[in-house]
Amino acid sequence: MNYQFEFNWLAQYYPEIVKGIGITLQLISIGAVLGIALGIACAWARALGPAWLKPVVATYVELIRNTPFLIQLFFIFFGLPSLGVQLGELQAANIAMVVNLGAYSCEIIRAGIQSTQKGQFEAGASLAMTPFETFRHVVLVPSLQRIWPALSSQVVIVMLGSSVVSQIAAEDLTFAANFIQSRTFRAFEAYMVSTLIYLVLAVLLRQILAVIGGFIFPRRAVR
Amino acid sequence: MFAKNLLIAAAILAGTLGLSTASHADTLGDIAARGTIRVAVPQDFPPFGSVGTDMTPMGYDIDMANLIAEKLGVKAELVPVTSANRIPYLQTNKVDLVISSLGKNAEREAVIDFTAAYAPFFNGVFAPSEVAVTKVEDLSGKVVGVTRGAVEDLELTKIAPADLTIKRYEDNNGTISAFLSGQVELVATGNVVAAAILAKNPPKRPELKFLIKNSPCYIGLNKNDPALLEKVNAIIATAKTDGTMNAIAQKWLGSDIPADL
Repeated sequence: MNYQFEFNWLAQYYPEIVKGIGITLQLISIGAVLGIALGIACAWARALGPAWLKPVVATYVELIRNTPFLIQLFFIFFGLPSLGVQLGELQAANIAMVVNLGAYSCEIIRAGIQSTQKGQFEAGASLAMTPFETFRHVVLVPSLQRIWPALSSQVVIVMLGSSVVSQIAAEDLTFAANFIQSRTFRAFEAYMVSTLIYLVLAVLLRQILAVIGGFIFPRRAVR
Repeated sequence: MFAKNLLIAAAILAGTLGLSTASHADTLGDIAARGTIRVAVPQDFPPFGSVGTDMTPMGYDIDMANLIAEKLGVKAELVPVTSANRIPYLQTNKVDLVISSLGKNAEREAVIDFTAAYAPFFNGVFAPSEVAVTKVEDLSGKVVGVTRGAVEDLELTKIAPADLTIKRYEDNNGTISAFLSGQVELVATGNVVAAAILAKNPPKRPELKFLIKNSPCYIGLNKNDPALLEKVNAIIATAKTDGTMNAIAQKWLGSDIPADL
């Protein structure tokens, strides 16, 4: 291999990279918190909600899970302005990520809820808990604990998938890599650096989610 | 770099093989005797030259070639070329004129002659008429969409006021969509891209606010051919004043020819 590596551009362009990491982290933080919240609500609706709500949520979930994320993003950013909904690129990216993670996490969390044994609901009722209290304390928390690894993976996937938001000029880490590539023509180095940063971010995010899981579920559930 | 090397190679080739093109002078007489004028035109560069649905060439350059043929009283023989071989075609005497959205630069001027400019080709900042911007300083506090890495991106980044926000899209389609959907009020792009937007009759019409880089198109011909040069220049000058050229510009670019062309 005769390729001459050249990393001098890092000195000039590292602010772009730092800014890009910041935007990517901001996107996934908001996306994960709101997306999982939306997922819990939808999972409740699909598993235990009223009959009229189930097909509504099912339609949303199937619509999102069977279309590409990039198209969803373009629809929000380029399409909605025709209906008078003008969103900035970061707002559009945030909404797309929340909506996307909401649909995927709905199915993951629903799996957890539906794996709850019937006796748990009956136990809650026999202790005079309201259906909401039963759901909140008896069903949801153990359910989340069971599916937490799968949910963590989905959050990491969404963070990595957020790289496409550079297509609508949101200046995330991928945008920074593309920008540096088009200014310096050092494609190999620019994408090498961004790949390493994504790898580190993904591993860190997994660790953080594991720690958060440890706080939410301090006791090992009795299955 | 590749194009430059090719040009030098072509020049050397022409110098060794085609001495007749360098010394010979009466192309105009040859054209009259032949009854046709051979013109190199693009076929892959709309709106200057492309192939229509009926397989006939069409575009700004084709209309220009037909106009010149008509004024000379001969038939136009259109020879499709690519941007890499258009000058070699001229130098090896396969064509009489190159009307192929050809820009002028020092390297090209060393090997061929150019007529007066016949078509506008430039990068600039475009926005609907109600946006009050006439110079780069007016962009202060504004948001401009641009295609990342394009010439206009690099040039605008150099001259932009500090508080201008530049939104960089992945390709021209992204920039066009951002403009049409109102995500950006202004775009920095080429007049050809602006013409492509205008051709769709959008509610927001991009109008030129100021130029970033101007590189109009010229007709190329071989050196030492003063009679042909003079004749083509006269045709261009007339076309500019009698409205013929403006009609071509309106048809293909959706705008008038600039006053300084």
